[in-house]
Amino acid sequence: MQTSPKSPQSSKAHPAGRWLYPRPEGLFCEPGGFYVDPNKPVDKAVITHGHADHARRGHGAVLATPETIAIMKLRYGEDCAGVFQHIDYGQTVSVNGVNIRIVPAGHILGSAQVVLEHNATRVVVSGDYKRVFDPTCEPFELVPCDVFVTEATFALPVFRHEPAVKEARRLIESVRQQPERTHMLGVYGLGKCQRMIALLRQAGFEETIHLHGALVELTQFYEQRGFTMGSWRPIGKDSSGQRQDYAGQLVMCPPSAISDRWSRRFPDPATAFASGWMRVRGRARQYGVELPLIVSDHADWPELIATIKETGAEEVWVTHGREDALVHQLGLMGIPARALALVGFDDEGE
Amino acid sequence: MQRFANLLDNLANTQSRKRKLALLADYLLNTMDPDRGWTLAALTDGLPISLPLRRILHDLLSDTVDAELYRLSRDYVGDTAETVSLLWPERQSEGDEPPTISALVVAFKTTPKERIPDLLARALDRLDISGRFALLKLLGGAPRVGVSARLAKTALAQAFNHEVSDIEEVWHAVDPPYHDLFAWLTGKGDKPDPGNRPTFRPMMLAHPIQDEDWPRLEPNDLTAEWKWDGIRVQIAATACEMRLFSRTGDDISKAFPEIASAFIRHHCVLDGELLVVRNAEVAPFNDLQQRLNRKTVSPRQLREFPAHVRVYDLLFEDGEDLRPLPFEERRARLEAWHARNSPPLTDLSQTVAFTDFAELSQIWSGTRKDGIEGLMLKRKSSPYLAGRPKGHWWKWKRAPLTLDCVLMYAQRGSGKRSSYYSDYTFGVWIDDSSASADTSEPQLVPVGKAYSGFTDEDLLKLDRFVRNNTIERFGPVRSVAPKLVFEVAFDDVQISSRHKSGVAMRFPRIARIRWDKPANEADTMSAVRALL
Repeated sequence: MQTSPKSPQSSKAHPAGRWLYPRPEGLFCEPGGFYVDPNKPVDKAVITHGHADHARRGHGAVLATPETIAIMKLRYGEDCAGVFQHIDYGQTVSVNGVNIRIVPAGHILGSAQVVLEHNATRVVVSGDYKRVFDPTCEPFELVPCDVFVTEATFALPVFRHEPAVKEARRLIESVRQQPERTHMLGVYGLGKCQRMIALLRQAGFEETIHLHGALVELTQFYEQRGFTMGSWRPIGKDSSGQRQDYAGQLVMCPPSAISDRWSRRFPDPATAFASGWMRVRGRARQYGVELPLIVSDHADWPELIATIKETGAEEVWVTHGREDALVHQLGLMGIPARALALVGFDDEGE
Repeated sequence: MQRFANLLDNLANTQSRKRKLALLADYLLNTMDPDRGWTLAALTDGLPISLPLRRILHDLLSDTVDAELYRLSRDYVGDTAETVSLLWPERQSEGDEPPTISALVVAFKTTPKERIPDLLARALDRLDISGRFALLKLLGGAPRVGVSARLAKTALAQAFNHEVSDIEEVWHAVDPPYHDLFAWLTGKGDKPDPGNRPTFRPMMLAHPIQDEDWPRLEPNDLTAEWKWDGIRVQIAATACEMRLFSRTGDDISKAFPEIASAFIRHHCVLDGELLVVRNAEVAPFNDLQQRLNRKTVSPRQLREFPAHVRVYDLLFEDGEDLRPLPFEERRARLEAWHARNSPPLTDLSQTVAFTDFAELSQIWSGTRKDGIEGLMLKRKSSPYLAGRPKGHWWKWKRAPLTLDCVLMYAQRGSGKRSSYYSDYTFGVWIDDSSASADTSEPQLVPVGKAYSGFTDEDLLKLDRFVRNNTIERFGPVRSVAPKLVFEVAFDDVQISSRHKSGVAMRFPRIARIRWDKPANEADTMSAVRALL
């Protein structure tokens, strides 16, 4: 029996742990010589999606979906990695006896699960994912596997997200009921912003939406990819003399802008924040928002449990979030699970 | 229940008082009886239900939720009612009407103890997350949603176009769910009659005296009294019952049983100051605080913090309403009444004799030395009026103390001020041996916090200063380079074990921003201790 000295596995753990295991830089596939979503610049990286804590600049070579690569270039510049290799959903590439297949994760536009096959074992590294319908990305595809690598952002039984359209309707109702106020909706710039716009349109909101400068480029990118965002307009960077009246209007901005000096241009704003964290009152209070909207691009507790069951995985590895609760729950279900203790992930702003 | 749950959600999420009032008023106007009455009870005096909620929930949950997952969830959420509301399995089925708040209150009031857990489980099954949260908060006592009893009464007054003093006057004559009260407010019934029950009479409050008031005042028209550092109370006694009310009309009788027994068989309404008095000496406010906000009181507290009422006005005597009489006449009636009855644990507030304002000013200057909070001035001809009427009563607080302190931390405000660093923590230099002697760097220790005393224009400048001089950020708080001096005015400084500096300021505010003063010339800890 040969065990890699770097492998943290005990002899009882799943054999996949001999060729896929965490290193300080992130989750490492030894035979393939690549990392998945590394937190530092490495030679070879497979990137699941474009959020900043998963896609970082400075890698030698990046393998990702065309959308993720485009997002990385948009955010970091054309030369943010040495070489880019596109891989489409459903496509497989082989690297030194490891098959890499990419399937949709349902998290944001271009988000992918990485299906790895080696030594007749299949591991699915799911990145960030959700199961509910999202008009701005491909739906999650279930891949049966031996080991399922999952996130645990909302892995506490208290996290049960609301139906997203219902939350969009609440916002619209609030806008209609308070025509004298400006509604400011805080959203994560990539994914959540465009999903909320799509949801609002779906719920019948046809007015012009005003976007903070930080949201403009990515929203244009979604439009270029064929997603309809309806009427929107950027808010000027400087309030140059003439005051625009935003009363009765909907403004979208990054969450941090809500309590930033930027927000002072709106008289008596009504603040909203679309995030899975809004499920907990203390968190809503912490952000000081009047209208907490419980909309998330991550799986909630029931989705996490159901997905893990459906994959039929013999073992589950948990990457980041509330690992202790999920590992405990899987223990109750008789599924061996362990926390990989990967660092560098941050889903605060989701 | 859903309407009540929505109301709680909306109240919790808005910080503006005006908007809270509007939400409450809208609810009270547009909700049926008795639902609105039970809601009003929940927000004011509480519901007449008491259960061992924590134990019942523990038993109920142990069947459905793993203990470890509950523990992790509770730790994350930080509130039991909310955790349970989120963890409770969804069992609501189609066509299951959620119960009304009234149906629930009645059910919980009338169900025998052993069947309560079952009742609660069935109720939780029929509600959604916010409904479950609202129910558990309701059963657990005060739903903490940033609404005081006073605010709820103000909203009630606003909804039905009355003065809040009208509501306060009848408040203790009505019981939840307040059928009589709503009948009167909606014009379908008479004003509720307290009968033999003691009720609260809205108090007359004083204005702080301003420089421009003096020229309009004549020494001969005024009576002066000492201003005492206790809490304002009203004693309402009828032949069968006595109640002690706080300034806002809250019934605090249970916390002061010795005062209640001092008024057996009296029939009067008195206005006065509640104090802790030991050997005829008024104890510091801190001692009185040991007795406040309690539902019951222990024999030890009764012994160590003996309560006392210093009376200064007589509103009713044997059912006769004296409020329309001039203060001078009421005062004479009060003195006669007290001489005749002299209930134990009370004395008369002494008047302070003076001939002109120069003399009065001299007396005022001596108040700090004598440990008195200042002076009260009352117009001899004034009737007893509800609220804070202009031109009748004035308070003349002793001059504040001041210290030059250095800005250390700034925190974002809330509501309108949420984009401004508007809450300031300031400190003084440590200069005694107790400080870390080996560090040569001078160090600051925080002594207080203030968020008032400056104009909007100052606030803009302060906000800019904070942003340009930030050392570190901790969430909404920034530590700031020790460069800016505030002249802080405060009423008093007291020993406190809750603060690192060992002292706490009372009523601090920023008197002046000393942009000109170098921080190293600010005050020191020994200067603070010298004020103790």
